Amino acid sequence: MSRLVSVSLVFLACASLDVRGANYPAALDALGRPATSEEIRAWDIDVRPDFQGLPPGSGSVAGGETLWLERCANCHGDFGDSNAFFTPIALGNVTEEDIESGRVAALRDPAVVRTTFMKVATLSTLWDYINRAMPWNAPKSLTTDEVYAVLAYLLNLAYIVDYDFVLSNDNISEVQQRMPNRNGMTREHGLWTASGRPDVIGSACVTDCAVGTSITSYLPDYAMDAHGNLQEQMRDYGPFPGIQTEPDKASAAPRGGSGEEGDAPLLLLSQSGCIGCHQVGKSLVGPAFDDIRERYAGRKASAYLAEKIREGGQGVWGNAVMPPMRQLDAKAVMALANWLSGQ
Amino acid sequence: MELPSDALGGQGRLRQAPESFLSHELVTAISSDGVNSERRGLLRGALAAALVATSARAIAGDGGDPDIVRLPEWSRSLGKPVASNPYGQPSIYEANIVRRQSPGLTQTDQASVAFTPLQNLFGSITPSGLHFERHHQGWVDIDPRRHRLMINGLVAQPLVFTLEDLLRMPSVSRMHFLECGANTAQEWGNSAVPTVQYSHGMLSGSEWTGVPLSLLLERAGYDRTAAYLLAEGADGSSMTRTISMESALEDALVAYGQNGEMLRPEQGYPLRLVVPGLQGVSWVKWLRRLEVGDKPYATKDEASHYVDLMPNGQLRQYAAIQEAKSVITAPSGGQKLLKHGYYCITGLAWSGRGAVRKVEISVDGGRNWREARLEGSPQSKMLTRFNFDWVWQGESALLQSRVHDSTGYIQPQRAQLVAARGTRSIYHNNAIQTWRVGETGEVDNVQVG
Repeated sequence: MSRLVSVSLVFLACASLDVRGANYPAALDALGRPATSEEIRAWDIDVRPDFQGLPPGSGSVAGGETLWLERCANCHGDFGDSNAFFTPIALGNVTEEDIESGRVAALRDPAVVRTTFMKVATLSTLWDYINRAMPWNAPKSLTTDEVYAVLAYLLNLAYIVDYDFVLSNDNISEVQQRMPNRNGMTREHGLWTASGRPDVIGSACVTDCAVGTSITSYLPDYAMDAHGNLQEQMRDYGPFPGIQTEPDKASAAPRGGSGEEGDAPLLLLSQSGCIGCHQVGKSLVGPAFDDIRERYAGRKASAYLAEKIREGGQGVWGNAVMPPMRQLDAKAVMALANWLSGQ
Repeated sequence: MELPSDALGGQGRLRQAPESFLSHELVTAISSDGVNSERRGLLRGALAAALVATSARAIAGDGGDPDIVRLPEWSRSLGKPVASNPYGQPSIYEANIVRRQSPGLTQTDQASVAFTPLQNLFGSITPSGLHFERHHQGWVDIDPRRHRLMINGLVAQPLVFTLEDLLRMPSVSRMHFLECGANTAQEWGNSAVPTVQYSHGMLSGSEWTGVPLSLLLERAGYDRTAAYLLAEGADGSSMTRTISMESALEDALVAYGQNGEMLRPEQGYPLRLVVPGLQGVSWVKWLRRLEVGDKPYATKDEASHYVDLMPNGQLRQYAAIQEAKSVITAPSGGQKLLKHGYYCITGLAWSGRGAVRKVEISVDGGRNWREARLEGSPQSKMLTRFNFDWVWQGESALLQSRVHDSTGYIQPQRAQLVAARGTRSIYHNNAIQTWRVGETGEVDNVQVG
């Protein structure tokens, strides 16, 4: 978020003179219009590492725990340690020495699962991302205080603050000083700009070059088979047809396009945003479609399910909140409801 | 090159005859009656024909190729009317050539990848419908009449543009590659995926049309001391990335066009940032806002992901440039060579720092290299197609390609990269790829050292 008024005034004076290139067509000034301060407030939600843009507010670990179990735990696990859908957020592997030094030692250990709190150096990143993108199925639905609370709970899971802590705009800079990997980032590399200096450059040798040519790695049969039948993934005429592989029935074949799975209207489910939280055969954030269909089979539940799709709900299958799907047209809603109810 | 006398002829030995090389009639007859002496003759004829021309089918008796001597149905019937497909589709015979997910790579379909089928594409332009997909919170299809672009931050006047405004502004069209920073990530530790679609398929080349970002920044009166730009999307995640002002002013576009039409929704319709040479995550889709700033933003995808882990435990932050890289797309992993003789080895080369200057091919795992032909004049930060004549006589071979770019940079061997960066950095793997051609003609993905 930017400093709006004062900065704007400072640069207004010079804008029309020296900022413009010589070739700038002045007639372009008729295109686009000034943004209102209300518009900027609505969209300018980013929070920088120095906390510029952070709105005032507060939230407790305990309050965050309640929110977490309701809205976040289905994907991330009760303790932020699940890797079922996303990489774990907090999972130990951070020591008091790390918090002292600002470098997470376990990042050097290839055997350790890397979590969000092992990597992220800046607390602003987490506040910003929870605020703009979470929860997964209803981004931007948390209030400012709820974002503080959820982040407070995560900080507690990562052993950075105690359970009775209340995170606020007043103390967030102090908490930043306990971020375990706050000194773990480097910009000493050549990949920021095109003019950067490469760290590794190949050899120009063209004849009898001293390189090892023994095979150090290749795909075992199971790995060749894990991506489905390769013959069906290549042009089937011409000089290079695909090798026929024998996919293990248990492993999912790679999907191209909408895929096919029984009589499920997968394309409609996919286009309607359902499969972000539901899958056909297993429960994800919400229940499996197969389970819903089993429960409502023969119960003439189309109208009921259509209402649930349109208005959302909670408590029938668990604590996860299903957001209203009001963006769907009536035809799509009925098609989905009919399919779910077997009608 | 000099081709051996038999390279284009029928002297090669057939290794594996696919069933489709036999005519349907012959297959049916053999399966019902067995092989008698007459049919053995036919069978030999069929194999000989398969060697003569790739598309040749069995020669029926002494009458010749049935697809020639018996006119096919498409030559004896009325075709379909115009506009049968108001938006044209590929032939039904190309149904295998689609984007595909890599099983097990991601656990949700919204934060996932669908890879481009590089093994069967030509030239340097990727058809828009085959452009790889990488989304962080699913894709959206935005009503262009309700989409806005805001520019704020260190500017004289914060502005809002409609699509109409932007489409009225001076436009440019430029060809650029787009590669995900995590392309080839699975291959850091060991050979992991079977085909070039999965190993290099987060790559595409397109002609992008839009307004130079520098012009929009001038329109807003940007602070000349500002070194950073935040780009933000309008999708659920409102994904953000920090862009250097150097990249923003050099050649970045606020693009609405891709390969002559509007962007596809999966590519950010109706507006995306085009930042040539930078990794895909910086090309923010569904672009709604640009903020000029004096410090970087450490957004989620430059603080938790898209940071390159080094062996000493340090994370390289704001690593965004895609260094020069090349790959042979055919023959490549999962394919097989059916015959001995001439082959055109083909592939793609590109550099995020400039143009491709030269591509070399090795068929012996990197010991000896010869120069490939480049198609057309290589353009800056765009894919270049290369071709190389090769005669295969049934020997095992290790195929590699190596690119030199206009800055003098040379694509490294995998061992060099691993020595400097370890195997856990996930991103920016631009190592030389090795495909092994076995004596059977089957091609697989290997690493050498």
